[in-house]
Amino acid sequence: MLATGVVGGGLAVVTLRNIIHSAIAMMVCFGSLAGMYLLLGAGIVAAAQVLIYLGAISVLILFAIMLTQAGDANLPAPFHRQVWFAAVVALATIGLIGWVVISTDWGAGAEAVAVVLDELATALFTDFALPFEILSLLLLAAIIGAIYLARRPEEDERAN
Amino acid sequence: MGLSGYLVVSTLLFGIGAFGFLARRNSILMLICIELMLNAVNLSLVAFNAYAGPGEVTGAIFALMIMAVAAAEATVGLGLVIAIIRTRQTAEVDEYSELKE
Repeated sequence: MLATGVVGGGLAVVTLRNIIHSAIAMMVCFGSLAGMYLLLGAGIVAAAQVLIYLGAISVLILFAIMLTQAGDANLPAPFHRQVWFAAVVALATIGLIGWVVISTDWGAGAEAVAVVLDELATALFTDFALPFEILSLLLLAAIIGAIYLARRPEEDERAN
Repeated sequence: MGLSGYLVVSTLLFGIGAFGFLARRNSILMLICIELMLNAVNLSLVAFNAYAGPGEVTGAIFALMIMAVAAAEATVGLGLVIAIIRTRQTAEVDEYSELKE
């Protein structure tokens, strides 16, 4: 059922005409993904998925849609002319990866093992301490960049 | 469901995201499709981690870091898209054709 939510939500995102409906379908897809993480025993990843994707990124995208598409009653055609080319590329990707996944022996009968939170936290602050710190720098740079991009031009810049 | 079931779902989601990125005309929707593809990769990483045996946490840590990078990417990407839409007055990517002339 969760798999249906993920794949159906994804399909709805790319096929729905109204972009607001696409964003809602995206939230369904991300919520089902959080459920799959719970099934896999990765509760911390599920929590992060709900917080970051369902909470932050969905709201960010909904805000961007509302800022840019206000009162857009006449919806344009959703697809490019190259839609058939895109479908062929996507189907080829799915076919290739799917063939590899299905034809490989992953060791049948193996059980999913839950992530132990103690070990994850220890690894995050010992083995992965440097990537963790670099990540904080990246987030800082992203915040500054977003503020710079989103601000309105100054008066003297507008004059030139 | 087993490992291959999760991997098939992940593959389908990645393909859907790739199709949407190539085929849709709306720039915000293209960003949403990038998020779909990143989520597909995340699902495969967490699934591999869960079936790799007890005591393995690397896949989960990778997934968490991808989420943080995706958040940064979405912030900057949406900032760029809003700036472009503000100057060009349209969200359709095939209208951005100044460099063609």
